[in-house]
Amino acid sequence: MLDLVLRISLLIIAVSTILYLYRLIKGPSVPDRVIALDAIGINLIGITAIISVMLRTNAFLEVILLLGILTFIGTVAFAKFLEKGEIIENDRNRHR
Amino acid sequence: MNSKIKTNDVILQTITKVVFFIIVIFSIYLFFAGHYTPGGGFVGGLMTSSAIVLLLLAYDVKTVVGILPVNYIHMAAAGLLIAVLTGVGSFFFGVPFLSHTFGHVHLPLLGDTELATAVLFDLGVYLVVIGVTLTIIQTIGETE
Repeated sequence: MLDLVLRISLLIIAVSTILYLYRLIKGPSVPDRVIALDAIGINLIGITAIISVMLRTNAFLEVILLLGILTFIGTVAFAKFLEKGEIIENDRNRHR
Repeated sequence: MNSKIKTNDVILQTITKVVFFIIVIFSIYLFFAGHYTPGGGFVGGLMTSSAIVLLLLAYDVKTVVGILPVNYIHMAAAGLLIAVLTGVGSFFFGVPFLSHTFGHVHLPLLGDTELATAVLFDLGVYLVVIGVTLTIIQTIGETE
Protein backbone atom coordinates (compact mmCIF):
# COMPACT_ATOMS: atom_id res chain seq x y z
CA MET A 1 0.00 0.00 0.00
CA LEU A 2 2.73 2.46 1.01
CA ASP A 3 4.73 1.46 -2.05
CA LEU A 4 1.76 2.18 -4.33
CA VAL A 5 1.27 5.62 -2.79
CA LEU A 6 4.98 6.36 -3.18
CA ARG A 7 4.92 5.29 -6.82
CA ILE A 8 1.88 7.47 -7.56
CA SER A 9 3.47 10.52 -5.94
CA LEU A 10 6.70 9.87 -7.82
CA LEU A 11 4.69 9.80 -11.06
CA ILE A 12 2.98 13.08 -10.19
CA ILE A 13 6.29 14.76 -9.43
CA ALA A 14 7.74 13.39 -12.69
CA VAL A 15 4.84 14.83 -14.68
CA SER A 16 5.26 18.18 -12.95
CA THR A 17 9.00 18.12 -13.72
CA ILE A 18 8.22 17.50 -17.41
CA LEU A 19 5.86 20.49 -17.39
CA TYR A 20 8.60 22.62 -15.81
CA LEU A 21 10.94 21.32 -18.52
CA TYR A 22 8.47 22.63 -21.12
CA ARG A 23 8.61 26.05 -19.45
CA LEU A 24 12.41 25.83 -19.32
CA ILE A 25 12.68 25.17 -23.06
CA LYS A 26 9.79 27.32 -24.29
CA GLY A 27 9.96 30.14 -21.71
CA PRO A 28 9.75 33.51 -23.49
CA SER A 29 12.11 35.36 -21.14
CA VAL A 30 15.18 34.41 -19.12
CA PRO A 31 13.54 34.89 -15.66
CA ASP A 32 10.91 32.30 -16.66
CA ARG A 33 13.68 29.81 -17.34
CA VAL A 34 15.47 30.62 -14.06
CA ILE A 35 12.31 30.08 -12.04
CA ALA A 36 11.61 26.81 -13.91
CA LEU A 37 15.13 25.63 -13.10
CA ASP A 38 14.65 26.56 -9.41
CA ALA A 39 11.39 24.62 -9.27
CA ILE A 40 12.98 21.61 -11.00
CA GLY A 41 15.59 21.65 -8.23
CA ILE A 42 12.85 21.62 -5.58
CA ASN A 43 11.16 18.71 -7.44
CA LEU A 44 14.49 16.85 -7.42
CA ILE A 45 14.54 17.21 -3.62
CA GLY A 46 11.09 15.61 -3.48
CA ILE A 47 12.13 12.79 -5.83
CA THR A 48 15.22 12.12 -3.69
CA ALA A 49 13.11 11.99 -0.53
CA ILE A 50 10.53 9.61 -2.03
CA ILE A 51 13.21 7.30 -3.46
CA SER A 52 15.03 7.25 -0.11
CA VAL A 53 11.74 6.13 1.50
CA MET A 54 11.23 3.51 -1.24
CA LEU A 55 14.74 2.11 -0.75
CA ARG A 56 14.28 2.14 3.07
CA THR A 57 17.54 4.01 3.63
CA ASN A 58 18.56 7.29 5.24
CA ALA A 59 21.76 7.63 3.21
CA PHE A 60 20.26 10.31 0.96
CA LEU A 61 19.16 12.75 3.66
CA GLU A 62 22.33 14.83 3.23
CA VAL A 63 21.61 15.03 -0.51
CA ILE A 64 18.27 16.73 0.21
CA LEU A 65 19.82 19.55 2.24
CA LEU A 66 22.68 19.84 -0.25
CA LEU A 67 20.29 20.18 -3.22
CA GLY A 68 18.36 22.87 -1.36
CA ILE A 69 21.51 24.88 -0.67
CA LEU A 70 22.84 24.51 -4.24
CA THR A 71 19.48 25.46 -5.80
CA PHE A 72 19.30 28.58 -3.61
CA ILE A 73 22.84 29.69 -4.43
CA GLY A 74 22.36 29.01 -8.14
CA THR A 75 19.13 30.99 -8.28
CA VAL A 76 20.69 33.90 -6.37
CA ALA A 77 23.64 33.90 -8.79
CA PHE A 78 21.33 33.91 -11.83
CA ALA A 79 19.19 36.67 -10.33
CA LYS A 80 22.22 38.82 -9.62
CA PHE A 81 23.51 38.26 -13.15
CA LEU A 82 20.17 39.36 -14.60
CA GLU A 83 20.04 42.44 -12.38
CA LYS A 84 23.60 43.74 -12.49
CA GLY A 85 25.31 41.97 -15.36
CA GLU A 86 28.09 40.61 -13.15
CA ILE A 87 27.84 37.92 -10.49
CA ILE A 88 30.73 38.76 -8.15
CA GLU A 89 31.45 42.45 -7.84
CA ASN A 90 34.84 43.76 -6.90
CA ASP A 91 33.67 46.80 -4.93
CA ARG A 92 29.97 47.58 -4.84
CA ASN A 93 30.26 51.03 -3.24
CA ARG A 94 32.44 52.47 -5.97
CA HIS A 95 30.62 54.91 -8.25
CA ARG A 96 31.12 54.29 -11.89
CA MET B 1 26.36 56.57 -13.30
CA ASN B 2 22.98 57.23 -11.73
CA SER B 3 23.49 58.04 -8.06
CA LYS B 4 19.77 58.51 -7.30
CA ILE B 5 18.81 54.88 -7.94
CA LYS B 6 21.06 52.68 -5.83
CA THR B 7 20.26 48.99 -5.56
CA ASN B 8 19.63 47.87 -2.00
CA ASP B 9 19.99 44.15 -1.40
CA VAL B 10 18.78 44.22 2.20
CA ILE B 11 16.70 41.01 1.93
CA LEU B 12 19.50 39.04 0.28
CA GLN B 13 22.09 40.34 2.76
CA THR B 14 19.91 39.58 5.82
CA ILE B 15 19.12 36.06 4.54
CA THR B 16 22.83 35.52 3.88
CA LYS B 17 23.74 36.44 7.46
CA VAL B 18 21.52 33.59 8.72
CA VAL B 19 22.02 30.99 5.98
CA PHE B 20 25.82 31.33 5.96
CA PHE B 21 26.13 29.81 9.43
CA ILE B 22 23.65 27.01 8.63
CA ILE B 23 25.71 26.03 5.56
CA VAL B 24 28.98 26.18 7.52
CA ILE B 25 27.57 23.99 10.32
CA PHE B 26 26.23 21.53 7.69
CA SER B 27 29.66 21.41 6.03
CA ILE B 28 31.38 20.72 9.38
CA TYR B 29 28.82 17.96 10.00
CA LEU B 30 29.54 16.48 6.55
CA PHE B 31 33.29 16.64 7.26
CA PHE B 32 33.04 14.70 10.53
CA ALA B 33 30.34 12.29 9.27
CA GLY B 34 32.56 11.01 6.47
CA HIS B 35 33.90 7.99 8.35
CA TYR B 36 30.63 6.08 8.80
CA THR B 37 27.97 7.90 6.76
CA PRO B 38 28.01 9.78 3.41
CA GLY B 39 30.16 12.87 3.50
CA GLY B 40 33.84 13.54 3.92
CA GLY B 41 36.46 16.16 3.22
CA PHE B 42 35.54 16.78 -0.42
CA VAL B 43 31.82 17.51 0.03
CA GLY B 44 32.50 19.38 3.27
CA GLY B 45 35.05 21.60 1.55
CA LEU B 46 32.69 22.26 -1.35
CA MET B 47 29.89 23.23 1.06
CA THR B 48 32.17 25.60 3.01
CA SER B 49 33.31 27.22 -0.22
CA SER B 50 29.70 27.53 -1.41
CA ALA B 51 28.90 29.34 1.86
CA ILE B 52 31.71 31.79 1.10
CA VAL B 53 30.43 32.07 -2.49
CA LEU B 54 27.05 33.09 -1.05
CA LEU B 55 28.86 35.83 0.92
CA LEU B 56 30.58 36.91 -2.31
CA LEU B 57 27.20 37.07 -4.06
CA ALA B 58 25.51 39.12 -1.34
CA TYR B 59 28.45 41.45 -0.72
CA ASP B 60 31.56 42.03 -2.82
CA VAL B 61 35.12 40.74 -3.01
CA LYS B 62 36.54 43.63 -0.97
CA THR B 63 34.11 43.09 1.93
CA VAL B 64 34.59 39.31 2.01
CA VAL B 65 38.39 39.67 2.00
CA GLY B 66 37.93 42.06 4.95
CA ILE B 67 35.75 39.51 6.79
CA LEU B 68 37.91 36.46 6.00
CA PRO B 69 41.51 37.63 5.44
CA VAL B 70 42.71 34.24 4.18
CA ASN B 71 45.16 33.62 1.38
CA TYR B 72 43.50 30.64 -0.28
CA ILE B 73 46.65 29.54 -2.11
CA HIS B 74 48.38 29.23 1.27
CA MET B 75 45.35 27.31 2.54
CA ALA B 76 45.63 24.76 -0.30
CA ALA B 77 49.37 24.44 0.38
CA ALA B 78 48.73 23.88 4.10
CA GLY B 79 46.18 21.18 3.26
CA LEU B 80 48.65 19.37 1.00
CA LEU B 81 51.31 19.62 3.74
CA ILE B 82 48.93 18.12 6.34
CA ALA B 83 47.96 15.27 3.99
CA VAL B 84 51.61 14.44 3.26
CA LEU B 85 52.63 14.69 6.94
CA THR B 86 49.96 12.15 7.99
CA GLY B 87 51.53 9.78 5.48
CA VAL B 88 55.06 10.52 6.70
CA GLY B 89 53.97 10.05 10.33
CA SER B 90 53.48 6.32 9.71
CA PHE B 91 57.27 5.97 9.16
CA PHE B 92 57.88 6.75 12.87
CA PHE B 93 56.09 3.51 13.78
CA GLY B 94 57.88 1.34 11.20
CA VAL B 95 54.85 0.77 8.95
CA PRO B 96 54.39 1.58 5.23
CA PHE B 97 53.53 5.07 3.93
CA LEU B 98 49.95 6.30 4.63
CA SER B 99 49.21 3.51 7.14
CA HIS B 100 46.42 4.91 9.29
CA THR B 101 45.32 3.79 12.73
CA PHE B 102 42.55 4.49 15.22
CA GLY B 103 42.02 4.29 18.94
CA HIS B 104 39.33 4.71 21.57
CA VAL B 105 39.76 7.74 23.82
CA HIS B 106 37.62 8.73 26.78
CA LEU B 107 36.76 12.41 26.25
CA PRO B 108 35.23 14.45 29.09
CA LEU B 109 31.95 15.46 27.42
CA LEU B 110 31.57 12.96 24.58
CA GLY B 111 32.43 9.74 26.46
CA ASP B 112 34.07 6.87 24.60
CA THR B 113 35.09 8.37 21.24
CA GLU B 114 36.87 6.67 18.38
CA LEU B 115 39.60 8.92 17.03
CA ALA B 116 41.18 7.94 13.68
CA THR B 117 44.22 9.51 12.05
CA ALA B 118 42.34 9.36 8.73
CA VAL B 119 40.51 12.49 9.95
CA LEU B 120 43.78 14.42 9.67
CA PHE B 121 44.18 13.28 6.05
CA ASP B 122 40.58 14.34 5.43
CA LEU B 123 41.38 17.73 6.98
CA GLY B 124 44.08 18.11 4.32
CA VAL B 125 41.57 17.27 1.56
CA TYR B 126 39.09 19.76 3.10
CA LEU B 127 41.61 22.61 3.11
CA VAL B 128 42.81 21.85 -0.45
CA VAL B 129 39.25 21.82 -1.80
CA ILE B 130 38.38 25.15 -0.13
CA GLY B 131 41.66 26.70 -1.26
CA VAL B 132 41.44 25.61 -4.90
CA THR B 133 37.72 26.42 -5.33
CA LEU B 134 37.94 29.88 -3.81
CA THR B 135 41.17 30.71 -5.64
CA ILE B 136 39.39 29.95 -8.94
CA ILE B 137 36.23 31.91 -8.05
CA GLN B 138 38.04 34.90 -6.53
CA THR B 139 40.45 35.17 -9.46
CA ILE B 140 37.55 35.18 -11.92
CA GLY B 141 35.59 37.66 -9.77
CA GLU B 142 38.45 40.14 -9.46
CA THR B 143 39.07 40.47 -13.19
CA GLU B 144 37.39 43.55 -14.64
